[in-house]
Amino acid sequence: MKRRLLLLLLPIGFLGLALFFYQGLALDPSQRDSALMAREFPAFEATTLRNENRRVDQTLLEGEVTLVNVWGEWCPACKQEMPQLLELADRDIRMVGVNYRDTREKGLQFLSEFGDPFEVNIFDPEGELGFDLGVYGAPETFLVDADGVIRYHHKGYVSPEDVRERILPEVEKWR
Amino acid sequence: MFIKLIPEIGHFALIIALLMAMVQAVMPLAGAATRRPLWMAYGQPMAAGQFVFIAIAYACLTASYMLDDFSVANVANNSNSLLPWYYKFSAVWGNHEGSVLLWSFMLAGWGFVASLFTGNLPRDMVARVMGVMGLVCTGFLLFILITSNPFERLLPDMPQDGADLNPLLQDFGLVVHPPMLYMGYVGFSVVFAFAIAALMGGRLDAAWTRWARPWTNLAWAFLTVGIALGSWWAYYELGWGGWWFWDPVENASLLPWLTGTALVHSLAVTEKRGSFKSWTVLLAISTFSLSLMGTFLVRSGVLTSVHAFANDPARGFFILMLLAITVTLSLIVFALRAPRVSHKVGFNWLSRDALLLVNNIFLVIMTVTVLLGTVYPLILDSLGLGKISVGPPYFNALFVPLTVVMCIFMGLGSVTRWKSMATKDLVRKLWLAGVAALVLGVLMPLLYRGEWNLFVSLGIVSALWIVLPMVRDVFDKTRHASSFVAGVRKLSLAYWGMVLGHVGVAVTIVGVTVVSNYNIERNVRMSPGTTVEVAGYQFTMSELTERRGPNFLADTAILQVQRGESGRRFTMRPEKRLYLATGMPMTQVALRPGLFRDLYVAMGEDLGDGSWAMRVQYKPFVRWLWLGALLMAFGGVLAVLDKRYRRAAVNREVPKVASRGDTAQEATV
Repeated sequence: MKRRLLLLLLPIGFLGLALFFYQGLALDPSQRDSALMAREFPAFEATTLRNENRRVDQTLLEGEVTLVNVWGEWCPACKQEMPQLLELADRDIRMVGVNYRDTREKGLQFLSEFGDPFEVNIFDPEGELGFDLGVYGAPETFLVDADGVIRYHHKGYVSPEDVRERILPEVEKWR
Repeated sequence: MFIKLIPEIGHFALIIALLMAMVQAVMPLAGAATRRPLWMAYGQPMAAGQFVFIAIAYACLTASYMLDDFSVANVANNSNSLLPWYYKFSAVWGNHEGSVLLWSFMLAGWGFVASLFTGNLPRDMVARVMGVMGLVCTGFLLFILITSNPFERLLPDMPQDGADLNPLLQDFGLVVHPPMLYMGYVGFSVVFAFAIAALMGGRLDAAWTRWARPWTNLAWAFLTVGIALGSWWAYYELGWGGWWFWDPVENASLLPWLTGTALVHSLAVTEKRGSFKSWTVLLAISTFSLSLMGTFLVRSGVLTSVHAFANDPARGFFILMLLAITVTLSLIVFALRAPRVSHKVGFNWLSRDALLLVNNIFLVIMTVTVLLGTVYPLILDSLGLGKISVGPPYFNALFVPLTVVMCIFMGLGSVTRWKSMATKDLVRKLWLAGVAALVLGVLMPLLYRGEWNLFVSLGIVSALWIVLPMVRDVFDKTRHASSFVAGVRKLSLAYWGMVLGHVGVAVTIVGVTVVSNYNIERNVRMSPGTTVEVAGYQFTMSELTERRGPNFLADTAILQVQRGESGRRFTMRPEKRLYLATGMPMTQVALRPGLFRDLYVAMGEDLGDGSWAMRVQYKPFVRWLWLGALLMAFGGVLAVLDKRYRRAAVNREVPKVASRGDTAQEATV
């Protein structure tokens, strides 16, 4: 009898997992607001991807509405969204990249191949800034207003429709 | 008039199929419980009817695509009149609704075929198998009809033309990848039904494993090919030359493959030796549950992935319910009915039994590793404990050492005997192979590149350690025959299936290690006239042109390639395409495949001034990855064709618990 009771732990354990899935459904990544919404961009200090002697911090993002895109060479979806990011940069939106858990070499290779819409790239090899930002998986895009406050958070791949229907209206709203 | 009604006919056929599935779910199970032969007899005809009607529905949807009926929402969203006919055909499963319909179609197909091959199985067992299949089918048909009806119309405002199929999916690899993968996923439903039926009927004897084995091998072979096709497709279609990304959706297909592989092996133990009974049943349940979970993860969009289809929470919720009910119920049945370990079938620690146990433990650890990495971010997030991302570094760090250790046991496992084996015998059989594997593996990187590389050596030693003992084993087994050929003929197909399956693993390991370590990649700016050299090949861009395809515009670069100074010249044509309906740009890779190396050229972006960023790669042994998978699948199919499954009907009642001897023939897996 004891053994049967022990075996019943299996379905119970599974139901536990299912509960998480259920919560995950409610947390649907594309619709969920980041916990960081309307908060200041986290403080950081890092070098840039192109220049290991240049140090930047959160003041980099002040003064103008900026799109911060978290990407990495290892991330397939990042490659697919590059055309959309280049288009955004063409519309005179200031873009800053966070090169997330990557190496300098691979990051630069990525930019030379897929294009570079970014004014500057924050180099974040250990994912510290990504952690403070609550990055769930690259790519993610944050809209930061002129005061350095996060106003919009897009999780995952930015499709051409996202550009038209979400990102551009948000940028206009906070400009 | 008739043509206009095709979608309604399809919808109606689906409803009839659902009703039949419900009857199939209820009557045979009730009949088995109350011992009414007439009720039990409902199973097979219902399975056949359900298959026919889902086939009709599927044909109707395909017809709507072929006839460009843009009044059907599904067609309007995923097809276009300019799409070539073969992509219209495959666009049916290039979207959520259609792929669930394909899933159900295959489910009904497996159920139907299973109902034909029940042979001499006891009637109540057949009834229960059919009942369980009916239950699963009912769930999926309800899912389609309630949340994902592919026949929904856009009337009266139908669009003039469709939105086109996602260009990534306009490709041969994607024509074949999902059907293969689904065949695997769904195939495990048969094994699952057998397991549940055996639990309910209390017939967990060697007979059910004997019946379940061919189905397991077949489903596993399909899944193997499906995963390999997915990897191959990603390799040439996505344009950056990777073949596995540890993407949640890829992991979702790997999970049932890992437990399925464990199941294939533990079924062997249960059939041959009568041990691991409960464990085998649990694996059968887990494998199908993980297939369902994979479906849930892909369809619900819970995890961020490149593959994410529709993110409709209602759909996610429905599949989650389906998953929860199926898995919970079957685990409860398992907990209540799993047999006590009444008699211990003893075995020595140096025996095939023990090594297969180790194999199972490793495969389960791998499954848990992948499962954790896939759902961990989600769990932490739900608990509000912060957000993390798990990427390739985690998976590689755990998966590679696990695989290496498992290879050590694989080399031993294929040549040991059941029950026990003298250490001396084993050493005699293996020492030469071991020494040869070590020496060759250590030397190989030196000979190939002139420089030693730990990972390449590890990979090659592992691969040789799997293959060489089996080669020796084949010679040992054929030594006493009149001639080698006669001896080879005497070995059973199941044995050859095992050999091929293991050789396949070795081939894949070689492919993975060599291409991961010796891949050469150069990113260069090229304009007509520029030459680059990669791994001894001269790539000269001779021309940049533009061309118009059926539904896209393309920039084409024409490259003349030559090996060294005197090699044969050939042309490669990578393209950058712009798909007209969606405005999506796509990279079309130029590939020069070969058994020992692929040349891989992809166009990056237009750098202005007439030059382009180009990525040129030399990928040694990359074909071995998929070749190995094909060998594994072929091995699985060979094992199914073994004559003892045809003989099985005759002597199914004889339990094969006792070790009938440790003869060479008995060493079949």
